[in-house]
Amino acid sequence: MTALLEISGLRKAYGDHEAIRNISVELADGELVCLVGPSGCGKTTLLKCAAGLMRPSSGTVTLGGSPVTAPPADLAVVFQEYGRSLFPWLTVRGNVELPLKEKKVGRAERARLIDEALDAVGLADRGDAHPWQLSGGMQQRVAIARAVAYQPSVLLMDEPFAAVDAQTRADLEDLIRSIWQRFGVTILFVTHDIDEAVYLGERVVVLSAAPTVVQESLAVDLPSQRDQLTTRADPRFTELRAHVYAEIQAAKKRVPTS
Amino acid sequence: MRAPGLRVLRWFLLPVVLIGVWWAASAGGSNFFLPTPDAVARAFGPTWTPATLRADVLPSVVRLLVGFGLAGVLGVAAGVAIGLSPGLRAYTEPVLEFLRAVPPPVLIPVVMLFAGIDDTMKITVIVLGCVWPVLLNTVEGVRAVDPVLGEVCRAYRITGVTRLRTLVLRGASPQIMTGLRQALAIAIILMVISEMFAASSGLGFTIVQFQRSYAIPEMWTGIILLGLLGVVLAGLFGLAERAVLRWYFGLRRAARDGGS
Repeated sequence: MTALLEISGLRKAYGDHEAIRNISVELADGELVCLVGPSGCGKTTLLKCAAGLMRPSSGTVTLGGSPVTAPPADLAVVFQEYGRSLFPWLTVRGNVELPLKEKKVGRAERARLIDEALDAVGLADRGDAHPWQLSGGMQQRVAIARAVAYQPSVLLMDEPFAAVDAQTRADLEDLIRSIWQRFGVTILFVTHDIDEAVYLGERVVVLSAAPTVVQESLAVDLPSQRDQLTTRADPRFTELRAHVYAEIQAAKKRVPTS
Repeated sequence: MRAPGLRVLRWFLLPVVLIGVWWAASAGGSNFFLPTPDAVARAFGPTWTPATLRADVLPSVVRLLVGFGLAGVLGVAAGVAIGLSPGLRAYTEPVLEFLRAVPPPVLIPVVMLFAGIDDTMKITVIVLGCVWPVLLNTVEGVRAVDPVLGEVCRAYRITGVTRLRTLVLRGASPQIMTGLRQALAIAIILMVISEMFAASSGLGFTIVQFQRSYAIPEMWTGIILLGLLGVVLAGLFGLAERAVLRWYFGLRRAARDGGS
């Protein structure tokens, strides 16, 4: 199977500071991969390089075989700062519609995509509200709807639930699983939360502390139908979670060697 | 607290008191230059007939609106260009601060040399005086646009005109409106002053004519009319602002109420 998104030998340095030393990750078509690593390990930097928003110091990113040097048309991003990533002067529908308009999607098709996306995130009846009239969790749902309606082949998510409360977070995690299954989109989900990474991912890529390398790539052999109660009580979940936790602890202590 | 009677009282209490003070000071008619309020009120009707309103007030208002509109367009256009370009900003900022600091009325004699004494001169003066607050506030507004939204635009390939309209102009609109509000106040001042210098029509011209011909109550009616014009323009501007910045006031209210 060939990779849809391929990050290879990626290195990023800011002046003398080496944030990312060498990361190679491949995502097959339709995969849901979680990237987890200690804070400050350059997760956001990696994601921005993958999105074409930032140029790596060396290494390459390719999407569907072509190199990513600017944001590609079939890639969408959900940002961490949900409160700031929506246009407050546009309604919920307006926010979802804007990228589609710019992509020259016809009016009827736009309406269909918006309805479908808002329905998928459970906001079908809030289309005319403005983002600031919604709770934080709902705002992030709008951002997810915008990404889904854009019909990307790859969806990149940068710690999207870091700033919402625990219960909202659980709902949003289930939402991501359902979106992934419903739309068959390939997802790269960045998080610092080990539980979240194991619960969501079909595969978890563990990163080291900066200067960052890939510590381990771990397949998550949990059933594909997951729910907050039974999955989190599954002994296999606990095992995987403990394993990743130990990896991260080791990663923090690891003295980087070239 | 919120009884409508009290609201009306709050509105009208001070005006009534002020007119009362005016009345007390002018009663007896000892001072020729300070007529009683009722003399001014009686002069208002005959002085400002539909014909004189058309001949003297309308040209003033048209010049004001044209000058204000041009200053708005120029100020926003230049402000967006400067706000988006750090290089351009570095070169222009000191000059802009200087030009802003020049009191606009001082331009009138200078502009008269170039543009004569007709409408072109007055509109030019209004534009030259009004453009700076719009320009400088627009620069600030464009610079303050949230970088996260800028990144959203890049990620979703929103570029060109859409980016300008949806991100830059809307994002800067609170500061742009602040600049326009300041410009409106300056525009009214410059409209009157430019007409006092040299004109054959207009509110400023008429007030000076009345003063020179010792038509004192009529002169006062002109001043009151100017005040009313200012109130009406500010009110209309407020309506426009509320429409344009509905999202901004809503966002601020949501933030204050400790929403998300």
